[in-house]
Amino acid sequence: MGDFLLLLTGSINPYYLQIIVNIGIGIILALGLNVITGLTGQLSLGHAAFMSIGAFTSALLTIKLGMPFFANLVLTGFITAGVAALIGLPILRLTGDYLAICTLGFAEIVKVVFLNLDITNKALGLTVPSAITAVPMPIVVWLVVLLTIICVTFIHSSRFGRALMAVRGDEIAAEAMGINVTLYKVQSFAIGAFLAGVGGGLYAHFMGYINPSDFGFLKSVDILSMIVLGGLGSITGSVIGASILSAAPEFLRFMASYRMLVYGGLLVCMMIFRPNGLMGGINFTSLVLRTLGRKPHLKTIMEQKTAETSGPCNGDT
Amino acid sequence: MFLQQLINGVALGSTYALIALGYTMVYGIITLINFAHGEIYMVGAFVGLFATSIFKLNFLVAMLIAMVVCVLLGVFVERIAYRPLRKSSRLSALISAIGVSIFLSTLAQMLFGANAKGYPEGVFPVKQIHIGSAEISTLQLLIIAISAILMISLEFIVHKTKIGKAMRATSEDYNTAALMGINVNMVISFTFALGSALAAAGGVLVGILFNAVSFNMGLMAGLKAFAAAVLGGIGSIPGAMLGGLLLGVTEVGGVAIGFSSYRDAIAFAILVLVLLVKPTGLLGRKIQKKV
Amino acid sequence: MAILELKNVTIRFGGLVAVNDVNLTVEKGTIQALIGPNGAGKSTLFNLITGIYRPTSGSIHFKDRSVSGTPTFKIAAAGIGRTFQNIRLFTDLTVLDNILIGAHSRGRWNLTGALMKFTPWVRKEEGKLLNLAKECLQMVDLSYRAFELAGNLPYGEQRRLEIARALALQPDLLLLDEPAAGMNPQEKAELMAMVQRIRATGITVFLVEHDMKFVMGISDRIAVLDYGEKIAEGAPDEIRKNPKVIEAYLGKGAADAHD
Repeated sequence: MGDFLLLLTGSINPYYLQIIVNIGIGIILALGLNVITGLTGQLSLGHAAFMSIGAFTSALLTIKLGMPFFANLVLTGFITAGVAALIGLPILRLTGDYLAICTLGFAEIVKVVFLNLDITNKALGLTVPSAITAVPMPIVVWLVVLLTIICVTFIHSSRFGRALMAVRGDEIAAEAMGINVTLYKVQSFAIGAFLAGVGGGLYAHFMGYINPSDFGFLKSVDILSMIVLGGLGSITGSVIGASILSAAPEFLRFMASYRMLVYGGLLVCMMIFRPNGLMGGINFTSLVLRTLGRKPHLKTIMEQKTAETSGPCNGDT
Repeated sequence: MFLQQLINGVALGSTYALIALGYTMVYGIITLINFAHGEIYMVGAFVGLFATSIFKLNFLVAMLIAMVVCVLLGVFVERIAYRPLRKSSRLSALISAIGVSIFLSTLAQMLFGANAKGYPEGVFPVKQIHIGSAEISTLQLLIIAISAILMISLEFIVHKTKIGKAMRATSEDYNTAALMGINVNMVISFTFALGSALAAAGGVLVGILFNAVSFNMGLMAGLKAFAAAVLGGIGSIPGAMLGGLLLGVTEVGGVAIGFSSYRDAIAFAILVLVLLVKPTGLLGRKIQKKV
Repeated sequence: MAILELKNVTIRFGGLVAVNDVNLTVEKGTIQALIGPNGAGKSTLFNLITGIYRPTSGSIHFKDRSVSGTPTFKIAAAGIGRTFQNIRLFTDLTVLDNILIGAHSRGRWNLTGALMKFTPWVRKEEGKLLNLAKECLQMVDLSYRAFELAGNLPYGEQRRLEIARALALQPDLLLLDEPAAGMNPQEKAELMAMVQRIRATGITVFLVEHDMKFVMGISDRIAVLDYGEKIAEGAPDEIRKNPKVIEAYLGKGAADAHD
């Protein structure tokens, strides 16, 4: 099985393979930020910092401890999430732009610190040995992508996800509904960071070389653009946005230095002409169900008669 | 030693303050973090560079030209990239601003190349003046003086003129100001114009001070200036000045006591710390939670 | 038996005393109203009860437990549901989601629950919450709107939805902040019937309202606030005749003329 997959990935042009992997990593990062910014409404301008922390943690776990790759990824995710929770607890009290600038500041601090630590090899960056995995790396990446999509979809339509959306909509009303706003913000921050950490770990091992400067402000903007392009809060949108923006630099390569020029212009036009993103306002799941001629699950439930006819809302609990 | 660092810090800080004022004014009026502001500053530095090196102009004239060019650019950017988004979500406008920023810096890289360029020799005759054990260069004096003059004129415009009153009204309540017959579009354009002029002046001064102008100088300077604006309390003009000076002094001080490789982190560390203690910045208005 | 007790509650914003030394008791199972001219501090009092503001001095007891200084979300979970003067719905979510968010504190499954969405335990809880939501929607006659965005509802329905959302909390005490504001007479009559129905289920209702006909027609007791101080309290008939109240509303001359 492993051999077959190796053959399969081996038969793909390595250049395309790299694009495919980049798209996968982009999707993981975008979905993570989408939980923080799209679902919970907390603008973060420093998501790349968590990717950076993940990449270096994962690389060091491999280099110093020789940890097996799977355990490494999970541990990396939890460490990054832990850092995010520690950072988040104080700064998530801030709102809106103050929070945004704080995340930005945090990201710059992380970058500068990593550029100065011996363990991260300062400005020279780290060379990361490739991971020893049962299946080839590109497949590992896409398995993680699948898992991420499933988990994030579950979160969106759960009690937990609704609480996050309530925080996004109106913090005071959310509190008045019994939602611990700070706690949910921190959790959402940690989830986003977990995914960024895992994405960073995958990036480090696939690329084989990481440098703190790779995870600067522009990288954060890149990830933010993915979810805004796709439509904030939309999972399908994040996947599409991440795919387009991860692949775009490669396909715009023929334009060489015009590339970033077009990119900047696109961001502006996008906001003016399609401010809700490509997928904004479109619910993919219900769209699919409708084309299949099925009603969404919830509708069916709502149309059933209530089982117990006791009526009043004030049941005993 | 201490005095020397203070002088260096104040000189650097005044340039941060000049840029920070643009952020704070725009934010005060349309609550937008104008990420392209750093690029306006970069363009100002380049215009000044060409005016002095190619056209051999006096640097004061060059600075004025840079200010005029940047005023036009700033107003143009607002017209094209922000005005259509005034009714959309704040995030859309922010992304648009980031787009403009990327666009302008890439354009500068293509037009002017990736290498840093210096102002021509002797564009401003630098002499050292001794004050006790410390010394201050005429250039530093000039920077401090020009910044001070510009900031005082700004205070005058905002508090003593009719357009300034309109600006304050618009920042207080956009819709009500419009109902009172204030041409808010004009006020917003004017705000961008003022901010851009100050940024251009800052660009030329920093270009001469560090003798290096490059396409990517706007990013870090812009981020730090924005940090300064937030530090002082965003929306507050004295706050932006205070924040800029404070950041300049701490940054220089931090480098002096041996944190030179952490230079860029110092500004942000201070910012994060201050916000944690005082979430609306040093001179920011306390916001009563409205229910 | 008192469900809510305010003892000498005072709050200052800078130099302004918004609520001054107010003592107030809400009896269980009643409909109690709080009235007063604009700026009298009525909404501030609600915000104090729900923990959005902290009293400068004095204490608030809910079901005989002190809740002053308790965070808002805990007070809500303890059984105080509320609506807001200027409607605060989650406008970009569906009506159903709004109600389900209201039912938040009636569920337990968290992030782990989200990741184990298809296990029977989590499904059971989701089903329970959905049933609760259904009942609350029926209570305010909004079932047919369940899948529309809350922001797209007309004003009167948004008011009702906010009440339903507060009901989903299964509160013991329901605070309604100007529920009839902006409604036409027919809507007001329907709202009165609805509030009566809510009380009939055993929920205590405490409301702030300007519409005197509404207040007089529905309340068991009325408290009057003026300049942050309680100037009167009693049954509707007593309040109607109270000279202090008439003075607060119509001015000194009117009160004299009334006598």
